[in-house]
Amino acid sequence: MSRLQESLKKGTFTITGEIGPPKGVDLTHCWGEVEYIKDRVVAINVTDNQSSVMRISSQSICSLLVQKKLEPILQITCRDRNRLAIQGDILGAYAQGIRNILALTGDHTTAGDHPGSKPVFDLDSVSLLTAMSTMKDGKDLAGQELEGVPSDIFCGAIVTPGADPVEMQLIKMERKIEAGAQFFQTQAIYDPKVFEAFMKGASRFKVPVLCGIVIIKSAGMANYMNNFVPGVIVPDGMIQPLKDASKEDRPKKSIELMAEFIREIRPMCQGLHIMAMGWEKYVPELLDMCEL
Amino acid sequence: MVVNIPKPDKELFNMLDEYKGIFIVACGGCPVGCDSGGMERVKELEGLLVKNQKKVTGNALIDFLCNKALVGSRLASHIEPLRNTDAVLVVSCGIGVQATASMIDLPAIPANDTLSSQGMQGLWPSSERCAGCGTCYLALTGGICPITTCSKSLLNGMCGGQHDGKCEVEESRDCGWYLIFNRLKELGKLDNLKKIPMLRDYRKLDVPDKERTTTRWALEKTEVYSETVWKQAEEKKEA
Repeated sequence: MSRLQESLKKGTFTITGEIGPPKGVDLTHCWGEVEYIKDRVVAINVTDNQSSVMRISSQSICSLLVQKKLEPILQITCRDRNRLAIQGDILGAYAQGIRNILALTGDHTTAGDHPGSKPVFDLDSVSLLTAMSTMKDGKDLAGQELEGVPSDIFCGAIVTPGADPVEMQLIKMERKIEAGAQFFQTQAIYDPKVFEAFMKGASRFKVPVLCGIVIIKSAGMANYMNNFVPGVIVPDGMIQPLKDASKEDRPKKSIELMAEFIREIRPMCQGLHIMAMGWEKYVPELLDMCEL
Repeated sequence: MVVNIPKPDKELFNMLDEYKGIFIVACGGCPVGCDSGGMERVKELEGLLVKNQKKVTGNALIDFLCNKALVGSRLASHIEPLRNTDAVLVVSCGIGVQATASMIDLPAIPANDTLSSQGMQGLWPSSERCAGCGTCYLALTGGICPITTCSKSLLNGMCGGQHDGKCEVEESRDCGWYLIFNRLKELGKLDNLKKIPMLRDYRKLDVPDKERTTTRWALEKTEVYSETVWKQAEEKKEA
């Protein structure tokens, strides 16, 4: 059983972090980010060609994290590989000691830096979860027996609490659970009331939910997210203080705002997923403020 | 010619399971050319439906279902039987099913699977598109095609890219699953979302040669082509 699964099973408020692999083979910066957060999180997500931008594969970085005795959460999207490749990758990841896998459909290819590439989507988040569940039971998607069963895969999925219509999110969340999702990390959310309303609908599923936050670095970033990231709403109450703060004070102000939000949502869910986006060095301070 | 073949009876009755009163709408175009439609098939389906304890409320053969205006005006004269109908069984390609679904407030159920549109999207193309996926899902998706309206052709609901009902790929493009969700909600059929098969069978995209030869175009091709091939084979044999 992975440490992440154990922690959630025990009912501990569980914290996960996230890193994005670099475009190129210089990992200095990447390991620097890991260094800041590694002692404060149970596991670290590694994104899979995030935003459809080509980078080092998620699986390679996860494998290197395992070698460093750290626990990765392998993100797999369905955009770039068909069901043969994805199932092969799952087995390969397991053989390398990776246990936590997060299933995502993935952004469309046109969103990224190779917009003319073929969007695969042979599977999607739900059928990918089905593939993992089937493999945990000893068979692949075609019903063929596996030699050695990856029975300890801990299957994760994502949900967007701020999406409209939220009813569709809950239907899809239920479908993901039926397909084998054992934990959820959410898309970034900043309004405790919206999150509370969402959790009212989601808590009946009794599957752990880790509330996701992207650390907002500036008013500009907040506006960008409001305009371009679906299902994410940064309230004005968070944007104005960042606008008013001087450049030097901005990190401090940002961390205060995030801490306030985290303290509010803490009783509503089972954990926190922090996407620091380059501000990993502030994560320990943020968690200190939240007594986490 | 849009090549389409009858769905297997078992699949048909699975889709019709919850409906009692069925009205049949059939296209007088391509399905007739493919031996998968026309009045003959309507009569056959009527018999099959009655045998399976369904009530047939009426039928309409319309040339052609891809012409939405024609569908609307012709169905207007069947308003009474349609009032007593629970679902409309549409004998046509995927475009005809979508066009019919957009003109009525009833679930539209495809009687056929569409294999190939041979470069054509119906004779009167409108906004409806059919990819000839070979597994028509329209019965479960409120008559809106997830394969052609969703930029990722997803089967399990909208992705995280949906915003204000639009797709992440293009600001002005409707999110197909947002349309499907709203349509199913209107029809009181949100439960359908749990019934859609999770995996596609991409073998069905490849049209079997047997089905290619059902079109008039292909018939001509077969006559000329197979004669030549046959001749060549004979010559080879002799040599």
